[in-house]
Amino acid sequence: MDGTAGANTLTVDSAAGELATPPPQSLWRRVLASGGVSYLFILPAVAIYVAVILAPILMGAGYAFTDWDGLRQIVNYNGLANFRRMIGDQQVRSAISTTLIIAFSLVVVKVVLGLVLALVVNSNVKSRNWLRLVFFMPVVLTPIIVSYMWKYIFSNNGTLNTLLKMVGLEPLRWLGDPTLALISVIIVTSWQSVGLSMVIFLAGLQAVPPELEEAATIDGANPLQRIWHVTLPLLAPAMTVCVVIALIQGLRFFDQIYALTRGGPGYATETLSTMIYRISFQFGEFSYGAAVAMVFSLIVGVIVLPVMQVLRRREIAHG
Amino acid sequence: MAKGRYTAGTFAVEVAATVAAICFIFPVYLLVTIALKERSTWSRNPMSPPFNPYFGNFKQAWHEAYLGDALISSIVVVTLSLVILVTVGAFAAYFLARCKPRLGYTLYVFFLLAMVLPFQLGLLPLYQMMRDLGLLGTPFSLVIFYCGYQLPFTVFLYTGYIRALPRAYDEAAKIDGATDMQTFLHVIFPMIRPVTGTVIILNCVFVWNDFMTPLLYLQGSRWATVPVAVAAFVDQEITDWGIVFAALVIGIAPVMALFAVLQRHMMEGFAGGLKA
Repeated sequence: MDGTAGANTLTVDSAAGELATPPPQSLWRRVLASGGVSYLFILPAVAIYVAVILAPILMGAGYAFTDWDGLRQIVNYNGLANFRRMIGDQQVRSAISTTLIIAFSLVVVKVVLGLVLALVVNSNVKSRNWLRLVFFMPVVLTPIIVSYMWKYIFSNNGTLNTLLKMVGLEPLRWLGDPTLALISVIIVTSWQSVGLSMVIFLAGLQAVPPELEEAATIDGANPLQRIWHVTLPLLAPAMTVCVVIALIQGLRFFDQIYALTRGGPGYATETLSTMIYRISFQFGEFSYGAAVAMVFSLIVGVIVLPVMQVLRRREIAHG
Repeated sequence: MAKGRYTAGTFAVEVAATVAAICFIFPVYLLVTIALKERSTWSRNPMSPPFNPYFGNFKQAWHEAYLGDALISSIVVVTLSLVILVTVGAFAAYFLARCKPRLGYTLYVFFLLAMVLPFQLGLLPLYQMMRDLGLLGTPFSLVIFYCGYQLPFTVFLYTGYIRALPRAYDEAAKIDGATDMQTFLHVIFPMIRPVTGTVIILNCVFVWNDFMTPLLYLQGSRWATVPVAVAAFVDQEITDWGIVFAALVIGIAPVMALFAVLQRHMMEGFAGGLKA
């Protein structure tokens, strides 16, 4: 009896409270108010993200200023010693330039070839659907497995050298020569990822209104002029996506080098990714690896962000 | 592009493109044909078609590389990761798409941090965490890693899509007395099915193909995923390319099969999904 009566009063009270000035608890409500959905919806995502991504990265960044090897219990703060060591480290310098060479080559190859392929498979050639499939397929294949396949093709008695001999040329040491090894790695990665640029450009091309191109043709533009002055400017958003993806991919390169060269010959194809892996997990110099990773991320940021800015501005100018 | 008549120029482009495509696909042909030949055959005639297909390589690779176990391990890792990513990602995106703009922007930048920060920095602390929790050498360590690593991207894909859905749907459900959870499960989730498809395809390909993380977490354990098992096998068996290629063919067969079934969806998913 009493309980029911109490509940009734409570209901009446709170109803009255809501009609009049907001009750005290609504201050909390206002602070916590999300404007819609309950916070419980975002909680799991934030928890996983902090535990798996953010916290380990911050811890790793902290270790860059210590002498920790990844195993010992004792961790000594040693300031900028790791960074000072890096300045004199010839291998780090060579890894940075190799990474940059690979990244920029990939951008150029993927944008140019991707665009050409997209224009071809978007024209009225009869085989366009088949061509799309063929050029895109390598994108979904496992990079490490594809790289082992190419290792055979590049090997001394492999397919490429057999073909060279057939046309009467000298066989080459594709993976044994420093310059050729770098080129081989770029070939494999381009083969695997040019299809991705193709479909991104293709989606961009399909969004170009046909009236614009017809108008250009009526005004007397030849096909090349039409592509250069009408189609390309309209592809600016697709261009941004392609360049940024190619850059990030080029800067974070690992599987292909693991399978094809292991960073060799010497350190000719050692990139920052493979180097960080080697220093941290094989040499056990984790704190030094962390310092290299920090400098690496700085380089990525310094390159990717301005590139994005420039490309975005072009989008707006034409948009 | 304006589709004009089929001219002589178009024909020339067609021929050139077909030749390029044949050269482009040639390595895959080579992979299959060498896998189907005995050592004596492929060393003399690597490029000819396999007139008398030999399946011994596949049998040997399957047993020696423990590919049966590896396939099960990969399937377990991919399935668990996808279930968690879709659930957690879609929930979070529903919140982000419907919360106050300023809070939404703050959280957006918060999740974006992951794409700028170098994940290599976190690899060893995370490795230690897994070791302390006793998860190293089990598929759960990988599932946890992928759920964290692929989450921001999944959330962005979903958020963009849910933002475009009119709020009138949620409001109608709320007026009818539905809770947030009911609204999400019965109204929102069915409407975002297309983007769920994209999320599944992109994450599935990424998780299946990843090599560096399982190399760290699972090397030498009986839970090695397909890429790790194949790489470990190839590195010791590098002398007979027939057997190596058989292992490689088995290793890419599942993704190839997926691609054969979902070709159009995959191309659209990759073209549209990576813009997020």
